[in-house]
Amino acid sequence: MTSNIVEIDNLSFGYNGRLLHKGINMVFPKGKVVAIMGGSGSGKTTLLRLIGGQIKPTKGEVRVDGHVVHEQTRDGIYQLRRTMGMLFQHGALFTDLSVFDNVAFPMRELTDLPESMIRDLVLLKLNAVGLRGAHKFMPTELSGGMARRVALARAVALDPNIIMYDEPFAGLDPISMGVICGLIRSLNDALGATSIIVSHDVKETFLIADYVYFVANGEVTAEGTPEDLMQSTLPFVHQFVHGEKDGPVPFHYAAPDYRAQLLG
Amino acid sequence: MINIIINKISRLLSGIGHRMIARIWRLGAGARLFILAIIYSGESFKRFHLTLREIYFTGVMSLLIIIVSAFFVGMVLALQGYNTLQKYGSSEAIGVLVALALVRELGPVVTALLFAGRAGTAITAEIGLMKTTEQLSAMEMMAVNPIARVVAPRFWAGVISMPILAALFSMVGVLGGYLVAVPLIGVDEGAFWSQMQANVDVRADIINGVIKSVVFGVACTMIALFEGFDAPPTAEGVSHATTRTVVISSLTVLGLDFVLTSFMLVV
Amino acid sequence: MERTKIDLWVGIFVALGAAALLGLAMKVGNLTSNKIGDTYHVSAAFENIGGLKPNAPVKSAGVVVGRVAEIGFDAKTYEAIVTIKIDKRYEFPKDTFANIYTAGLLGEQYVGLEAGGDEDVLKSGDKITQTQDAIVLEKMISQFLYSKASEAEADKSAPSAESTKDKSTELGDAPF
Repeated sequence: MTSNIVEIDNLSFGYNGRLLHKGINMVFPKGKVVAIMGGSGSGKTTLLRLIGGQIKPTKGEVRVDGHVVHEQTRDGIYQLRRTMGMLFQHGALFTDLSVFDNVAFPMRELTDLPESMIRDLVLLKLNAVGLRGAHKFMPTELSGGMARRVALARAVALDPNIIMYDEPFAGLDPISMGVICGLIRSLNDALGATSIIVSHDVKETFLIADYVYFVANGEVTAEGTPEDLMQSTLPFVHQFVHGEKDGPVPFHYAAPDYRAQLLG
Repeated sequence: MINIIINKISRLLSGIGHRMIARIWRLGAGARLFILAIIYSGESFKRFHLTLREIYFTGVMSLLIIIVSAFFVGMVLALQGYNTLQKYGSSEAIGVLVALALVRELGPVVTALLFAGRAGTAITAEIGLMKTTEQLSAMEMMAVNPIARVVAPRFWAGVISMPILAALFSMVGVLGGYLVAVPLIGVDEGAFWSQMQANVDVRADIINGVIKSVVFGVACTMIALFEGFDAPPTAEGVSHATTRTVVISSLTVLGLDFVLTSFMLVV
Repeated sequence: MERTKIDLWVGIFVALGAAALLGLAMKVGNLTSNKIGDTYHVSAAFENIGGLKPNAPVKSAGVVVGRVAEIGFDAKTYEAIVTIKIDKRYEFPKDTFANIYTAGLLGEQYVGLEAGGDEDVLKSGDKITQTQDAIVLEKMISQFLYSKASEAEADKSAPSAESTKDKSTELGDAPF
C-alpha cells in the first residue's frame, strides 16, 4: 500500500475524439489538501468525475485506495464512493428536503443507524459548519454561503476519507469565502481525510493547499507547493497567479487580423 | 438546376432519417429507463413512505382537478345524450350512455390526459431541475442510485394513482350525469339506474376500464420521468421537456386507447 | 409536509378510489343484479343464431336464469351449438323449448326458455331438442317483399284500382 490515496496515471479523456486530457499524472497523498487549478474549461471538474467513477477514461487509469476505478462493477464503484464526499459547485442541495434532512440523507440511505443517532450526528455535523440553528430551513431559504456550508456538512456526513470540492469559493462574498476556507482545512485535519480542491481562486486556494497542480491544455503544466508556485517563472503560472490579463493565455480569442476584418 | 433539386431532396431525406434515428434512440433509452426502474423497484416497496410521498404529490394533488372535470363531463354527457335520445323516445337509456362512455373511454382517457398535464409536467420539471442543479449527480456521488431513489418511487406512485383517479373520474361523472338527468331533466330514477345496471358489465366494461388506466399510468409516468431525465440541463431544456411530456403523453394515450379498445372488443 | 399528514391523505385517496370502484361495480355495473351461483350446462342446436353472443342472458318468463357459456359450430350438421349455463336453483323439464329472441326491434339477442310438461328435468350435459332460430331481419324483409311480389302477380290477373291503392299504403307503412 502506498501512502497516496488517489493516483491518476497517464490519464486521457475526451468526447467525440477531442481530447480534454492528454496523459495526466497526479498523486494525492493521505491527509493532505491538494488543489487542482486551471482556467475555466480546462477539465478540472471532469477530473473529479473521473475520480468518482461517473465517467470512464479514454486511456490510463485512476486508482482510489489501490482500486482501479473504471474496472470496478457498479457495486464496486458505489463501495468506493461511500468513502468519498463531494461538494458541488452550487451545493446541489436537495431542494425538496430541509437542511436537516439533507445532511441526514446519506446516513438514512446508506446506513442502518437508528433515527435518534442520526439526529445527534446531523446536529454534530451542522454544528461543525456553524448552522445548527438553521436545521429547520429549506434550501431556498438559505444564502449562497450558508447553502455551501450545509452541502459541506452533507459531504462529510459519513466521515469520508476523500473530500472533493468543486469550485468551493465560486460566487461567495469575502466573509463566506473565509469561512469555507477555514472549514475545508479544519475538517480535513479533524477527519484525517484527503481533500481535493478544484478551483481558480488563487488567494484562498494557496492559503490552505499543501500542494497544487496547474492544468492547462489537457496537461499538468506546473506543480508544487504554493510557495514554490508564487515564485515560479513559468509564464503561464506567473500570469495565472498574478492575474495578468495578457500572457501565454492571450486576451484575444483566436481571430483573423482585426484590420483586415474591419476593412474587409 | 437539377443538381440543386437533387441536393435539396437528398438533404431533406437525410434530415428525416436523422430525426427518425433520434426518435428510435429515445425510444430505446426510454425502454431502458423503464426496465431499470422495474429492476430497482425494491427500495420503493421496502421503504414505502418514499412511494407514499410521491402518491401524495401525483395522486392526492390531482384529486381536485379530476373530480371537478369529471363532474362537468358527466353533466355535459347527460345533457347531450338526453337531447339526442329523447328524439327516439328512449331517454331512460341516458344512464347507460353516460356510464358506458365514462367507464369504457372517458374515465381512463380524460384522466390520463389531465394526469399528463397536472402530474406529468410536475414530474418532468422536478427531475429536470434536479438534474440541472446537479442534485442527481450529487446523489450518485453519495453512492445512492437515482433510479432507485428518484425514478422508481415516482413510477409506482403514478401506476398506483392512475386507476384510482380514473375510477373516481367515472364514478363522479356518473353522479354528475345523474344530477342532470334525474332532478334536472326528470328522467325516472329507477329506470336510470336499472338500465345502467343491466347494460354495464363488470368484467367487459369496468375491469377493462381499470386495465386501460393502469396501462396509461405506466405510459404517462414513464414518459414524464424519461423526459425529465433526458432534459438538457438548462432552463430552456427543462421547459421544452415539459412541453414534450404533455404532447407525447397525450398522443401515446390516445394511440394506446385505440389499440387496447380494439383488443378488448375482439377478445 | 409531515409524513403522518401525507399518510393520512394518501389513505383518504386510496379509500376514495376503492369506494369509487366499489360504487362502479355495485351501482353502475351488474355485479349485484345478475349474480349467478352454481350452474349446470345444457346445450342446444340452432340452424341460425343470428347475433347471439357469449354471456348473453338466458331468460325464462322474462327473468334471467342463466347465461350463454359458449357458442360452437357442428361441422357435420352445419348447425350452431349453443351451450348455456343455468342457475342450479332452477330446474327445467326435458322438453323445454329454446328460442332466440331479440330485445326490442334492434336490441341484443337472448335465449328464451319455455318450459314443457315432461316429468324428467334437464341435467348437466343434456341437450335441448326443440329449438327455434333467431329471426334475422334481412330474411324477414326479403320474405315480406317476396310475398308482396307474388301478391302483385296474383293481383295482375284480376286488376282493380282498390288493390293497387292498398299496396301503396302498405309499402308506405313497411318498417324500412
